[in-house]
Amino acid sequence: MTQALQDLGDYIAAALPNEVLKAELVRDELVVTVRLAAITKVLTFLRDDANCLFKQLMDVCGVDYPADEQRFEIVYHLLSMKQNQRVRVKLRTDEEKQVPSVTSIFSAANWFEREIWDMYGVFFSDHPDLRRLLTDYGFEGHPLRKDFPLTGYVELRYDDEQKRVVYEPVRLPQEFRGFDFLSPWEGGGLLPGDEKAEKH
Amino acid sequence: MAEAKIRNYTINFGPQHPAAHGVLRLILEMSGEVVERADPHIGLLHRGTEKLIEHKTYLQAVPYFDRLDYVGTMNQEHAFVLATEKLLGIDIPPRAKYIRTLYCEIGRILNHLLNVTSYVLDVGGMTPLLWGFEEREKLMEFYERVSGARLHTAYFRPGGVAADLPAGLLEDISAWCEQFPKILDDIETLVTENRIFKQRTVDIGIVTPEQALDWAFTGPNLRASGIPWDLRKAQPYEVYDRMDFDIPIGKSGDCYDRYLVRMVEMRESIRIMQQCIEQMPGGPVKVDNRKVAPPPRAEMKRSMEALIHHFKLYTEGFHVPAGETYAAVEAPKGEFAVYLVSDGTNKPYRCKIRAPGYAHLQGMDFMGKGHMLADIVAIIGSIDVVFGEIDR
Repeated sequence: MTQALQDLGDYIAAALPNEVLKAELVRDELVVTVRLAAITKVLTFLRDDANCLFKQLMDVCGVDYPADEQRFEIVYHLLSMKQNQRVRVKLRTDEEKQVPSVTSIFSAANWFEREIWDMYGVFFSDHPDLRRLLTDYGFEGHPLRKDFPLTGYVELRYDDEQKRVVYEPVRLPQEFRGFDFLSPWEGGGLLPGDEKAEKH
Repeated sequence: MAEAKIRNYTINFGPQHPAAHGVLRLILEMSGEVVERADPHIGLLHRGTEKLIEHKTYLQAVPYFDRLDYVGTMNQEHAFVLATEKLLGIDIPPRAKYIRTLYCEIGRILNHLLNVTSYVLDVGGMTPLLWGFEEREKLMEFYERVSGARLHTAYFRPGGVAADLPAGLLEDISAWCEQFPKILDDIETLVTENRIFKQRTVDIGIVTPEQALDWAFTGPNLRASGIPWDLRKAQPYEVYDRMDFDIPIGKSGDCYDRYLVRMVEMRESIRIMQQCIEQMPGGPVKVDNRKVAPPPRAEMKRSMEALIHHFKLYTEGFHVPAGETYAAVEAPKGEFAVYLVSDGTNKPYRCKIRAPGYAHLQGMDFMGKGHMLADIVAIIGSIDVVFGEIDR
């Protein structure tokens, strides 16, 4: 099983040398990293090639790494019933770059891409209908970005005088508490107050 | 007489419509009574589960999964604990595997009973709902006896299950399994050959196998289109490889077939449950790794170390090695999966939830095209949507 997946990874990398950056096995899962512009070509190949036949696009999601220059990672999960295998295709993008939409290859990508646009603000070019999906009508911001606070910026309440629901800036009676559990004994950084020891 | 010109108009279906199964808002573009375009507006139940999980420890994240698809709750937890266990690299004891399998099948029956009977209600039959809910109540009692909660159980935990089965439970489940096929027979005599039900469902919302693959359909909706694919058979997890059961598939992929597939799946679930009870091994129900699973209560009374472990586990939680994984289970509605990214801390860095209903609802547009308004109700009922998991 693992060997077959490794072979499949090598096969994909050999067939698309200019598009695939690397194809490796991580925890018995095949991960293929591709160039941003090549995603449509890679997915078409994975769907139609007789040795792949990844007919189903199970999931598309984004991950945010704000420290990186290319901060967003778009992750596609494909399933091949014929091979009984899964493959994960990844690419990196930033706030400016547009990702080619794959809705023309897999219809299922439509809502997944809309959700990523909604949650991360990654723009998909050639998408037929790129509207917000999950957030409220007229919502501002991209909530799953790491720099978006958990409590958000606005809160809703019913205003009895205006007889409608109104938006207000969020007010917290108690500050949101995040606890730092990183242990200094497990190779963490400096502890608060350590900088004083440096001075003397 | 001059020819009357009919203009297309849009109607707003939901979000407060009894047949919308929750908070679906559907914008329908109609030409007379024929649907030209269906545009589902979702997100009215969006609670930001994925964002919340990024701020919770792995153990605190488990109850959020109950609140996704609140009909068959343990199946959701299952995907998350499988993903966590995969990253941790732990293997759970056999008894825990059997208990999980048993309860996943109970969850499947819970889900299918609700879906099938409320679907029949949507197209005009009231009685099956009342019969089905009586059985659901008994099943939720089994949930309650093992976890203390009827719905939001948080019973599956990374490293096993929360507690062992209480004495006498397996006998009661076994007795229930004996009498349940009779209830299914009753429902079938009312519904399966019912002329009105067939008029409303046969040849409505047909999904071809190609369309089902293209739109990432999974579970009963995929199998109703004639594709024999079930993760329990194809990529077995827990003890499904030791179980003897069949996968029903449909022929035409219409609403009627989706109903039939679910009815047969319930009978197959009974078979799996009976085998689980028969083969149920003894032994522990959690891993013997104090960094992941809590120590027994009695040990904490005597051992300082056990007390420390308990305290650390419920405040800090456990640290999961950096990495990422994709764990999928065959939930009652289809492939429910969790893509988990860990950065080595005690909280998930990213937890993407792949809900089956999300992909199914997306197909509403092509399934509803050219059908009457009343057929939309039948299609929504047959694809089995629950908004907890779609909106997340």
